[in-house]
Amino acid sequence: MPRRSWRPTFALLFVSGVVFAAESERTGLGSEPTAEELGAAGYTVFPDGKGLPAGSGTVSEGRAVYQQFCAACHGRNAEGDEAAALVGGRDSLTSGRPRKTVESYWPYATTLWDYIRRSMPYESPGSLNDDEIYAVVAHLLHLGGVVGEDAVLDQESLPRVEMPNREGFVSDDRPDTD
Amino acid sequence: MSKQRPSRRAFLGLAGAAAASSLHPAARAQTTGAIRDLGDTPSDYGRPSPFEDSKRWSRAPDATASSSNTPLADLEGIVTPSGLHFERHHTGVPAIDPDTHRLTIHGLVDRPLVFTMDDLVRMSSVSRFHFIECSGNSAREWSPAGAPNVQLSHGLASCSEWTGVLLADLLDEVGVKAEASWIVAEGADAGLMSRSVPLERALDDVMIAYGQNGEAVRPEQGYPLRLLVPGCEGSISVKWLRRIEVAHMPSMARDETSKYTDLLPDGKARQFTLVMDAKSVITRPSGEQKLDRPGFFEIRGLAWSGRGTISRVEVSTDGGRSWTDAEIEGPRHAKAFTRFRSPWRWDGGRHLLMSRATDDTGYVQPTLAALLEARGRSTIYHNNRIKAWEVRESGEVTNAEA
Ligand code: HEC
Repeated sequence: MPRRSWRPTFALLFVSGVVFAAESERTGLGSEPTAEELGAAGYTVFPDGKGLPAGSGTVSEGRAVYQQFCAACHGRNAEGDEAAALVGGRDSLTSGRPRKTVESYWPYATTLWDYIRRSMPYESPGSLNDDEIYAVVAHLLHLGGVVGEDAVLDQESLPRVEMPNREGFVSDDRPDTD
Repeated sequence: MSKQRPSRRAFLGLAGAAAASSLHPAARAQTTGAIRDLGDTPSDYGRPSPFEDSKRWSRAPDATASSSNTPLADLEGIVTPSGLHFERHHTGVPAIDPDTHRLTIHGLVDRPLVFTMDDLVRMSSVSRFHFIECSGNSAREWSPAGAPNVQLSHGLASCSEWTGVLLADLLDEVGVKAEASWIVAEGADAGLMSRSVPLERALDDVMIAYGQNGEAVRPEQGYPLRLLVPGCEGSISVKWLRRIEVAHMPSMARDETSKYTDLLPDGKARQFTLVMDAKSVITRPSGEQKLDRPGFFEIRGLAWSGRGTISRVEVSTDGGRSWTDAEIEGPRHAKAFTRFRSPWRWDGGRHLLMSRATDDTGYVQPTLAALLEARGRSTIYHNNRIKAWEVRESGEVTNAEA
């Protein structure tokens, strides 16, 4: 077992006459989940596709999902309404009025999948199945001109989608004043 | 409160009892030359005096994607009363039964583990004072005059004594694999709020907190369990913590890409700008207060830095032309609110009051002009400018262009 040296502590503790090195002692608290329990605990989707489940969706399937479950808040064409615009705004980031949308700003398509699974539709998160999520992501990316009309998204193709603003982020270089 | 309690006057059959007992007991306590009423009986959970009306202010009180601000001008010392701690949540405040709540830690670990609240409370604990500040705090301060009072200008920041387990201890229990470099935390709110934390940071001073100011963490702050990443933007301290995945990369969650990234003039955005830079604000006198007459006032305020301790706070009463060192008063914890105070005699004239904090890394709180020069106008987050309050000849205090 690779032992990381993140907390080099050589203090010896004396507990009830037993001497042990603090670093190597675990409490043993917590219980090991069964594979089933672990599966039910949830998962994260990563930019390289790790975590994405099986299933797939097309642009046209996604159009129906979107109209039924999303359009009321985000607008018929995802142009924004009560809730944020999800497309548009390309080339606005350097302007005085940047419009940050999935199309113009988001660096990874996997984030869209992950976020919709977690949080949308706003009033009934968790209600879409995996195919519907792939589909509505395909529809939104198509509306944003990121994928073609015939795109089919699944765990292989989604991480390969090149988002327009993929290179738009830099690391924290503060302090940046004086 | 025991409104039904028979008053002593009624008990003694005295006239005027009705009028007297319609007042709260506290209003009568100091009356001399009259028979004194007994006060309230003990209560199961105390409340502030009915004469106090400190309240959070919410920008959208009926929305579940909302926030509320701490009334900083009302606070003394460094602790924010738990009921006044600022709130920010995206999908409402869930009601979680601690008996059924679980924290799962899995991913790139030797042995995934599930912890009950009892397991966590049994482990070695730490109690530490830390502020939490939303990185969207002071978003209105990008305009020169900014917000009219300190609750609106700086109220998305609060400070508590947090009690819990060091995440490093929990990661010891599961055994982190060598290829791990991040952790991804997930909440149990409806939207499964999620953020990534660099492993290096997670192994430093990050806590899993179940206690806040001596009692259980409040529901709005993550009951029964929250992540606490000291000194960092509040959104990363995931509330209602249910799962930690040890990972090889950040998840690039929506709240670390679409939101909480800082767009610069060249169209590039800074990402993972986690640390909250040093900041201070005068809470008294501050906007919408009124000085009743010239004479002595104590200028008081709060300073904090996500990089360490506050080493110095300077105060100006002439719009930044001259500065004097304020006294740092009370405890000086790292990554916690720190009190400063400075005696002042108001001469009845117009004054611009400002404060400027320096932390133990030598970082000095910047002006708005310096921030705009470095970042342009589109960053939204991380505004730690020097804030000015104008004291007018009338005694009224307003927001002012510095
Ligand atoms: C009831 C209104 C409502 C419905 C229906 C709805 N949304 Fe949303 N959506 C919101 C709100 C409100 C937010 C912002 C949530 C927050 O503040 O965290 C949001 C945020 C989003 C975002 C993030 C935007 C950004 O720029 O960060 C995406 C993407 C999104 N919704 C997609 C969808 C999709 C896809 C559907 C349909 C499956 C959907 N929404 C249905 C209200 C809605």
